[in-house]
Amino acid sequence: MSTELLGVLAMYGLTVLLAIPLGKYIANVFQPESANGPFERFIYRIGSIDPTREMSWKENLVALLTINAVWLIIAFTLLMLQGILPLNPDGNPSMTPALAFNTAISFMVNCDLQHYSGESGVTYLTQLFVMNFLMFVSAATGIASLLLIVRSFLPNVVTTVGNFYVFFVKAITRILLPISFVVALLLVFNGTPASFDGKDRIVTVQGDTVGVSRGPAAGMIAIKHVGTNGGGWFGANSAHPLENPNYFTNMVEMIAQVLIPIAMLFALGYLINRRRFTWVIYGVMTVGMLCLLIPTLITEIHGNPAIAQLGVSQSTGAMEGKEVRFGPLASGYWSIMTTIISTGSVNSMHDSSMALSGTMELLGMMTNAFYGGCGVGFLNYYYYLIIAVFISGLMVGRTPELFGRKVEAREIKIASIVALLSTLLVKGGVALAAWVFVNYGDANWLVKPSAWLNNPENHGFSEMLYEFTSANANNGSGFEGLGDNNFFWNYATGIVLILGRFIPIIGPVAIAGLLSQKKYVPESSGTLPVDTATFGLMTFAVILIITALSFFPALALGPLAEYFSLK
Amino acid sequence: MAKQHSSPSLFQGELVRTAIRESFVKLSPSILIKNPVMFTVEIGTIVMVLVTAYIASTGDTSQGSLAYNVAITAILLLTILFANFAEAIAEARGKAQAESLRKTRQETPAKVIRPVGNMYTDELQTISSAQLVKGDVFICEPGDIIPADGEIIEGLATIDESAITGESAPVIREAGGDKSSVTGGTKVLSDRIKVQVTTQPGESFLDKMIALVEGASRQKTPNEIALTILLAGFTLIFVIVCVALKPFADYANTPITIAALISLFVCLIPTTIGGLLSAIGIAGMDRALRANVIAKSGRAVETAGDIDTLLLDKTGTITIGNRKATNFYPAPGISEEDMVRASALSSLADETPEGKSIVELARSGNWGATVTNRLSTSGATLIKFTAETRSSGIDIPSGDNGSVTRIRKGATDSIRTMVKRAGNTFPTATAEQAQKIAANGGTPLVVSENEQVKGVIELQDIIKPGISERFDRLRKMGVKTVMVTGDNPLTAKFIAEKAGVDDYIAEAKPEDKMNYIRHEQTGGKLVAMMGDGTNDAPALAQADVGVAMNSGTQAAKEAGNMVDLDNDPTKLIEVVEIGKQLLITRGTLTTFSIANDVAKYFAIVPALFVVSIPALQSLNVMGLHSSESAILSAVIFNAIIIPLLIPLALRGVEYKPIGASALLRRNLFIYGLGGIVAPFIGIKLIDMVVGLFV
Repeated sequence: MSTELLGVLAMYGLTVLLAIPLGKYIANVFQPESANGPFERFIYRIGSIDPTREMSWKENLVALLTINAVWLIIAFTLLMLQGILPLNPDGNPSMTPALAFNTAISFMVNCDLQHYSGESGVTYLTQLFVMNFLMFVSAATGIASLLLIVRSFLPNVVTTVGNFYVFFVKAITRILLPISFVVALLLVFNGTPASFDGKDRIVTVQGDTVGVSRGPAAGMIAIKHVGTNGGGWFGANSAHPLENPNYFTNMVEMIAQVLIPIAMLFALGYLINRRRFTWVIYGVMTVGMLCLLIPTLITEIHGNPAIAQLGVSQSTGAMEGKEVRFGPLASGYWSIMTTIISTGSVNSMHDSSMALSGTMELLGMMTNAFYGGCGVGFLNYYYYLIIAVFISGLMVGRTPELFGRKVEAREIKIASIVALLSTLLVKGGVALAAWVFVNYGDANWLVKPSAWLNNPENHGFSEMLYEFTSANANNGSGFEGLGDNNFFWNYATGIVLILGRFIPIIGPVAIAGLLSQKKYVPESSGTLPVDTATFGLMTFAVILIITALSFFPALALGPLAEYFSLK
Repeated sequence: MAKQHSSPSLFQGELVRTAIRESFVKLSPSILIKNPVMFTVEIGTIVMVLVTAYIASTGDTSQGSLAYNVAITAILLLTILFANFAEAIAEARGKAQAESLRKTRQETPAKVIRPVGNMYTDELQTISSAQLVKGDVFICEPGDIIPADGEIIEGLATIDESAITGESAPVIREAGGDKSSVTGGTKVLSDRIKVQVTTQPGESFLDKMIALVEGASRQKTPNEIALTILLAGFTLIFVIVCVALKPFADYANTPITIAALISLFVCLIPTTIGGLLSAIGIAGMDRALRANVIAKSGRAVETAGDIDTLLLDKTGTITIGNRKATNFYPAPGISEEDMVRASALSSLADETPEGKSIVELARSGNWGATVTNRLSTSGATLIKFTAETRSSGIDIPSGDNGSVTRIRKGATDSIRTMVKRAGNTFPTATAEQAQKIAANGGTPLVVSENEQVKGVIELQDIIKPGISERFDRLRKMGVKTVMVTGDNPLTAKFIAEKAGVDDYIAEAKPEDKMNYIRHEQTGGKLVAMMGDGTNDAPALAQADVGVAMNSGTQAAKEAGNMVDLDNDPTKLIEVVEIGKQLLITRGTLTTFSIANDVAKYFAIVPALFVVSIPALQSLNVMGLHSSESAILSAVIFNAIIIPLLIPLALRGVEYKPIGASALLRRNLFIYGLGGIVAPFIGIKLIDMVVGLFV
């Protein structure tokens, strides 16, 4: 077995090994009887939050949306004014309204689609108080929203689903902060900067003077992964030698980003006391992950057939756009994990991935439910689950139910709308972009639409498709060939981001809220058990078919066409 | 019980003709809009008609040749017609079934009596049955056809109900009891009854049922609504997919014809299930009707599939109507022959089923003919059973001196009292034997001759053959069975165990049923029950599925949500299966329909783009002849799959009680995997034919 493959296996194995105890710990944190510490009580006091107050699903969603709106306004203001505010040693300018709009939304929604470069586009102040801050709160928002659906799995009929603020505060104090602290320390020890000084200057062998950006980066890079955010301190993200100095930090960052998404599944199993159910879900997600990962690894290790035809040896696999210190397998593994769990940080350039890997990366974001982002991964899985329960419930001759709650027209309506939304946002966005590109290529914009794409034909199409898919999935990675810092892309993706984030949170929380108010029907031998491999297969088929049906034509025109052309 | 389950062939000529006519009527957008999936197909067809007209008038072939466009338009129209036909044939079958029942109530003369003040005079007035209104009172005499549904308010009659139930043996209906209901169209065989009309014309259960299978007034069930929403969701996804394809194609410099775009759309949206959905619902009601069950709503049939608990009356459901004699136990010192003779004598004139069974047993034993042939009851007096004496028997003149032999049979304590009063002893052995019989679920009957105990007859409940298998089947479906009986707990327990029911209510009073149902419902369970009496009405109303027997009182029939024309208490089991079948058919055809899309994509997407992106030829895994033939083949497959599945939709997918997971696996394999594979084969075959022409 090659060392490279061993590295990938070690990364995944360690993640799962750590996720199991972490899941148990997270469950303990959120058990109803779990006490608040002095720090949390202090936060509740200054926020005048009554931690014992139970709220309905609607009240919780109002709380969630309001507090997110407040952060959005703060972030937008700071980004617009960053040029004249302190902690700006490199003298970077303020953002344009379009870019500030896109960036503020992007970080609030846990996406981190960066249409700027960290070195020149932001200041230390905004890195810390916009990026870093939003990375914590957006991840905690995701975790808290998952906890809002827990009660619909329990047999009691309830009208309240918990208290969003309590879930949110504890997610930060008990989970995100401690883990990020450990990860940040590991990064600092390996050379990631944590300094408030401005650019360092070095003279290269050639005699050129080069400015090397730095800053208090380690802390942000930690939460960037722990909270599945993905926004890099530096423009090149985790391919940058200071952001991800060596194979060890690569492993740390990789494990850190997959850890909470998997641990949340196990935590859910403890919280609803159905561990078998969540293990089956883990199984489905893992199979989904492998379906994307294995072809990627194979195609990356074999290298590019077009290069092979030139007679160039590719003994190390496809190395275009990859870092020598990571190699094709670790990069391939990263590119799949980062797309399925909505982190969107990169350690290689996805624009240069093999066409098949590009397809898999896109599919990872299109499903967005194999592990998925912090907390929201399961919420995305949840609406597929509802559709699967509905169809398979019928197939066994009972009106469909999930854990004793009948799934009826209202729930199906919400699930359909959520399923519809991603198609609408991605395809609608790309269709609009393609239409502008074709018909108004010479529009008198700052960046002409005809200059958007760095690549022609299918690959250019993939760049546009990738950008909208990434925005809708709140992923944040980019195909990077796209000229995206301009009016059209900043606003278009900004809107997609905000809808792609909150509708898939509101939908599942609403479904769960409606279900938990319904009569509870105890299970009988005629009830469809949802903790079996058969039902897992059904859910997998639903995810696959919905995704394939929605996106097949777009994939065929983009990366698949490229893949078949290369063959 | 003999049932008249008519199962005519699915496509009778007359019905098909009606259905074809209806298919065109249903093209009207105002009707079709109720089915969002097929409505979008109609819009697509209209667009294609316009495109074809444009090509025909201008000769512009940038949208493909005229013949090709005409072909696509025709197939799309056919797709809608097929879907309409599915619904129409289901309706026609349902109506035909209902009509055959309705025929029994053609216009018949009714002998009405009118009240004068509060009094009914006996002055008869003959009017047509159509003129009867609720509250009218009519008279029926032997040979009369009962003109309307009603309740006997005076008298008793034997009635031939074979027109409705198919059961040839006449039944007795009488005023006051739980068997006071008569149905229009049935025939009075003997006696004279006074009947009060209980329903308005056009509002009888049958009329309601006919309305349920007719498209116009048919209400969608909650589950059907939810599925329609899901299908509408899928349809919208494909609207987006297809609309977005236009700018995608512009980007790729590939002109896509309108015909191709609409074909792709129609192929992708779930037309198969969309076209068959209402047919499935109607067919479910129709299957219930064929089982001689009138459901008052589609929802009731659906709910039946979800039943967790089933309340069944012991008598007639679990056991054969009445007890039967199984053994004679002579008292000490009495010969067996003597005992059997006394028993037989006591019952010779006894017309009750128990009495008949005693004589039957006496004749069948090895003492057989020797005993019974010598019996004579000439000049005897029959002593009828009364609630007071709790015994019955016969007084036979013995000898010529006018002395009489008194033979009695009855409950242990009543005979004991009688014997002791005469100064005789009641043998301990017989008392013990009687107790033993009771403990084993039987009923002891003590026989005495001239106040001397002769012995004890054992009467046993005979559990219906095959009933415990049916309970097993129910258990596998996840349905708990509960036996309701007036027996004492000891007997009830014994029978419950022997029949294999899960629970029982002994010494049941009507309110016990109600309480049991409430208790189960608070635990979240869905409960079904069957009943006939007025005192069953509250429980029938409380139950999630209440099946009233047609022979039952009007109150019971009003309270329940189904009426069983056969008065067959085991009918609930069939109803549960019909409900499950209905849901399974919906689920499997949805799965099949959506799984079909995979192959259709592989047919159409390469066909759309292969001109500008030759590499996409690799996606043409079926190796279809040309772009045009690929698109045509996909739409043709999409259209003909609907009529091919009509028989399945009408008959329903079979329910197998093999456990939910196994059933899911099975259906997922057949309809999921089958749904992916079948169109690959089908489209390829059609393409081979179409390829010859284009």
